[in-house]
Amino acid sequence: MRRVIEGSQAVAEAVRLSGVQVVSAYPITPQTHIVETISDYCEKGEINATFMRMEGEQSCLAALIGAQAMGVRTFTATSSQGLAYMHELLHWASAARLPIVMAEVNRALAPGWNIWTDQTDSLAQRDTGWVQIYCEEGQEVLDSTLIAYRLAEKVNLPVMIVLDAFFLSHTYEPVDIPDEDEAHRFLPPYKPQFRITTADPRSYGALVTPADYMEMRYDISLAMNDVFLQLDDIHAEFSSIFGRTYGPVEALNCEDAEIILLTSGTITSTSRLVVEKLRKQGEKIGLLKARLFRPFPVDAFRNNLKKARKVAVIDRNCSFGAGGIFAQELKAALCNDDVKPLIYSYIAGLGGRDVTPDVIEDIYWKTKSADTPEQESVWIGLKEVSHGR
Amino acid sequence: MDAELMQREFMYPGHVACPGCGAAIAMRFLLKALGEKTVMIIPACCWSIIAGPYPQSALKTPIIHCAFETAASTASGVRAALDMLGDTETTVVAWAGDGGTFDIGFQALSGAVERNDNFLYVCYDNEAYMNTGIQRSSSTPYGAWTMTTPGRDWKKMRKKNIVEILAAHRIPYVATASIAYPDDFIRKAKKAKEIKGSRFLHVYTTCPTGWRIPSEISIKIARMAVQTNIFPLYEVEDGTRYTINYRPREYLVREYFRMQGRFRHLTDKDLDQIQKMVDEDWQRLLSKAGQG
Repeated sequence: MRRVIEGSQAVAEAVRLSGVQVVSAYPITPQTHIVETISDYCEKGEINATFMRMEGEQSCLAALIGAQAMGVRTFTATSSQGLAYMHELLHWASAARLPIVMAEVNRALAPGWNIWTDQTDSLAQRDTGWVQIYCEEGQEVLDSTLIAYRLAEKVNLPVMIVLDAFFLSHTYEPVDIPDEDEAHRFLPPYKPQFRITTADPRSYGALVTPADYMEMRYDISLAMNDVFLQLDDIHAEFSSIFGRTYGPVEALNCEDAEIILLTSGTITSTSRLVVEKLRKQGEKIGLLKARLFRPFPVDAFRNNLKKARKVAVIDRNCSFGAGGIFAQELKAALCNDDVKPLIYSYIAGLGGRDVTPDVIEDIYWKTKSADTPEQESVWIGLKEVSHGR
Repeated sequence: MDAELMQREFMYPGHVACPGCGAAIAMRFLLKALGEKTVMIIPACCWSIIAGPYPQSALKTPIIHCAFETAASTASGVRAALDMLGDTETTVVAWAGDGGTFDIGFQALSGAVERNDNFLYVCYDNEAYMNTGIQRSSSTPYGAWTMTTPGRDWKKMRKKNIVEILAAHRIPYVATASIAYPDDFIRKAKKAKEIKGSRFLHVYTTCPTGWRIPSEISIKIARMAVQTNIFPLYEVEDGTRYTINYRPREYLVREYFRMQGRFRHLTDKDLDQIQKMVDEDWQRLLSKAGQG
């Protein structure tokens, strides 16, 4: 059924279709519509789950760690400060190998208080062992959430579905909502690979000495690497049922492009317009959308970027002292390749500032005119202010 | 006492607690009362170690080790999952030390019991962060030395009254218990097991290492804590109905304090002050129980 819904509702629809059994929630703008919608579905009996109204995000994730370990499908959503508050438990969930699915709405971190979109919150969690999938529009949000359960439960790692505040979470778009039979064909009821039971009492998460800890961490690393293979299969199966195709990245006009824009989230949609316009003007511009961030899809980036002369990475995030995070990761991924493009790093749109077609076009022309990239990330659209020191 | 119940063991003979550890004794008694259909949730505390390193376990029940501040919220999640799976029989227990209960786990605990989530929370109280090597907690009593309250900086604040705080949440059952009174402890654990909703047991567990006492007087010290009214045994039902389970002959606190290295620095004047505080607390409890 095709309905015009918010990005937040797209998450909630997928959660309804997932057969989730335990949901935990704590309010934070702008993820609130997600859990409010789920709460409503639980009350109406359209979702048969226990809806836990927690007293903080840390407890939200802790409750799911307990629930998932007992062998039920779980969900929560958060944003920004809430995600930062969960940090310790993010590590816990992945190291306990629990396939929890969480929606994370990208919002800037305080101070000053800012509820608008910015990816630094989720990217700061890149080392926590969570799979991260960045979405561009409502349909992708719904589809990715269903895909997330399949993937998580296959590799026993938690998955974060990431969507931009307001530009996606609160934007109404037409979205195809699968019917329940279709959804269940893709995502059958949960069969945990392990669960905790009094019939087979074991100790989970006990003290581990240096003699064993490393092997446990290597297992997580192997599971992360397995994501590429498993996700390809799951994407293929998704496509065969629903007719919509996804990959770790999405390439547009990359085959013959001299300059490729690398984007994620809703900046991608705006970039599509720019690519279309500049192509018409004869510019050899391409667009590569990063969908999967953890694990970092090195091969997909390499394959799509190898023929380009330059890549302009637009980061709506910043690792202070190192620059745009997608750019950093891309440089690290390509550094040992013989043939590689020059990588231009731009920071734009922090704290929800608009990244308009003009901004993106400006980035393109800057990249084209500079023979070599700046060493540091270039901040786009800064106002004239005194940076007194 | 139920002889058959005292015979059954859900702790293996091997564990890595210090000699005379009250927390090991308390776990043994608790599981005798609860039985094997129990899921034990243990945050960072002495029991993270006592339960044994991977791949061993000291218990015949499942153990979920969890982050320091999350005993209650993890237990809420475990309960929710069991309910969704149709298992209403298994008892869910959050088993935490005083640091994990009075301090870092306090928010999660208050949240869970405000929701009246259906599990048993047991705080085994050894009155400081013992697993990290004896640092002050909000459960450390007035007058105590710890590694972070050394010398003249001995703790000048009262111990937080966790039982009253839990009772103020109006949960169905809150009780104190002691390793020196196993009959009373086991009766309370069995009673708590049968109640639906949030239940809280505050168990006094001696720590010979941290309190600077010989291990062989572990139980004696626990008994003296009750007999001096420093740790009264009582129950609070629905936050309002108080029952005092033991009326001691009101020994003076002086002897209890003089036996422990952690209080060695206290003067007679300090002990007089502490006696006053203990008497005052006892009178308050009596009046709540309608016996004032």
